[in-house]
Amino acid sequence: MTEVTRAWDRVQLARKPERPHSLDYIAAMISGFVELHGDRRYSDDPAIVAGVGAFNGRTVMVVGHQKGANTRENLDRNFGMPGPDGYRKALRVFRHAEKFGFPVLCFIDTPGADPGLGSEERGQATAVAENLLELASLRVPSVSVVIGEGGSGGALAISVTDRLLMLENSVYAVASPEACAAILWKDSSAAPDAAEALKLTAQDLMGFGMIDEIIPEPEPAHEAMDATLQRASAAIERHLSEIEKITAEDGIDHLLELRYQKYRNIGSWVDRQEEILTELPSSFASAVHTND
Amino acid sequence: MPDFFRRKPTFNRDDADQDGPVVPDGLWVKCHKCKDLVYSKDFERWYRVCPKCDHHARLTATQRIDYLLDSGSFEEWDRGIVTADPLSFDANGDVYKEKVQKTARKADQPESLITGRGRIRGYDAVVSATEFAFLGASMGSAFGEKFVRAVERAIELRLPFISISSSGGARMHESTFSLMQMAKTTAALSRLGEHKLPHFSILTDPCYGGVTASYATVADIIMAEPGAMIGFAGPRVIEQITRQKLPQGFQTAEFLLEHGMIDMVCRRSELPATLSLLLLHYADATMGRHQPEYAYAGTPGEEGDS
Ligand SMILES: [Zn+2]
Repeated sequence: MTEVTRAWDRVQLARKPERPHSLDYIAAMISGFVELHGDRRYSDDPAIVAGVGAFNGRTVMVVGHQKGANTRENLDRNFGMPGPDGYRKALRVFRHAEKFGFPVLCFIDTPGADPGLGSEERGQATAVAENLLELASLRVPSVSVVIGEGGSGGALAISVTDRLLMLENSVYAVASPEACAAILWKDSSAAPDAAEALKLTAQDLMGFGMIDEIIPEPEPAHEAMDATLQRASAAIERHLSEIEKITAEDGIDHLLELRYQKYRNIGSWVDRQEEILTELPSSFASAVHTND
Repeated sequence: MPDFFRRKPTFNRDDADQDGPVVPDGLWVKCHKCKDLVYSKDFERWYRVCPKCDHHARLTATQRIDYLLDSGSFEEWDRGIVTADPLSFDANGDVYKEKVQKTARKADQPESLITGRGRIRGYDAVVSATEFAFLGASMGSAFGEKFVRAVERAIELRLPFISISSSGGARMHESTFSLMQMAKTTAALSRLGEHKLPHFSILTDPCYGGVTASYATVADIIMAEPGAMIGFAGPRVIEQITRQKLPQGFQTAEFLLEHGMIDMVCRRSELPATLSLLLLHYADATMGRHQPEYAYAGTPGEEGDS
């Protein structure tokens, strides 16, 4: 049997239904919020909320995964798992933001993209991929915050932004600990071990240089909702005004170059080409490239 | 020096082909689908496609390159790039670093992606091909880095980019490092597009998860081999989670074509002809010549634009 580990505690906290969700953040920090609906293709996905509003004196577009606070709400919101319609709603809103020069704020909180027959029929993979492409070259500043669960490609699809922040008790990983345990441990009860191995906490990702700030939770977000929302708002403002300043001084192309390099440089690999050419014995000693 | 750093044409390597045909005595090949026997030399000559039932057996990356590109035209790049195991991943004694070395020997490749440049019926292109025998051609740091370098070199050389993919998805052992390769590879293709260079994507059996949901479907033209299984979530996962009964032919290349997700289903034997025809159509655009003003305006790098 496996004992409960620290990473696993974070996973539990990140998933707490009482934790503030995207609409709570929007209510606290976006004034005059007008929610926008539908992908203009097929439907309106309730697992993604989107809209326009004011953040500290500027108009912004907001996109977030939306989980429910209880089972009933979660059934309505599909547990925050968007289908292609949700990602296409986000895509439409990103393009809308670009058209009017509004910065984009995203709130990340999903177990992953919806795995279902309808989602596959309407191109779930393509919908995720097209968002990654759009965000990579979106000509407005963008900030995303992982507020709960950052579940794989379904989370990434709205988080490829200039700045990526994480709440202290949020997690971000390539797969859920349960799925990882089932596949690599061949035992889904090993999820706590998998959570540890996946290095999915905000502290881990800060250490890898993948995120820009950890928003502290001296008390877990669901026990100190107002303080958490205020801290998040202040952090977003700090980062957004920084990238707005870069854009104003050096132009949007410079911001896009920085965004490209941010993701371009993530990776951990060694180049053994030298060894191949000189036929030296293999080792991992040569130039280790890690993101910094 | 491990042998797998050396590229050598390796035909008849059926051990690496999980879906592949069983070879009873080396002379005859048994089709995985219809179980018919085919003379192995013919089977190789026919691109490992069953003459009875048209089943397209899985290929290694090397076979893929050998079938698609003009003989001797392939120049491989970045063969030395391998994972640095950023998380020191260990699934209860199943150590990632050891697994990589073992699988590299078995697959006879140092990583799950091969990149380089070559010619298809005389037309130059940059090509990437996945090696499914290497941890299900999962995408980790090395895969992403090789892919992005290839795209960036395609931009430098002003060459079209052709990706050939079959993959189980992102490589779990590198967690967020793998996940971020989805963003990294796609961002590189965004640049390729800004330079008005085409990306043609060929989806082969099986192609799932993080690869289908990133660079492989961000293409100007998407084609798939007949019968290839392609999707986001695997059919077993979907059945387990949703308890939905999946229809006949779900997630096949033909299913994707019917639902508007790909441009065409292309038989393996016809891929070189189809691709070379496309390369011909896009040659002028790729070279930036004889194009009307409106098509060429705004191409980065033309007007001192950064
Ligand atoms: Zn057959």
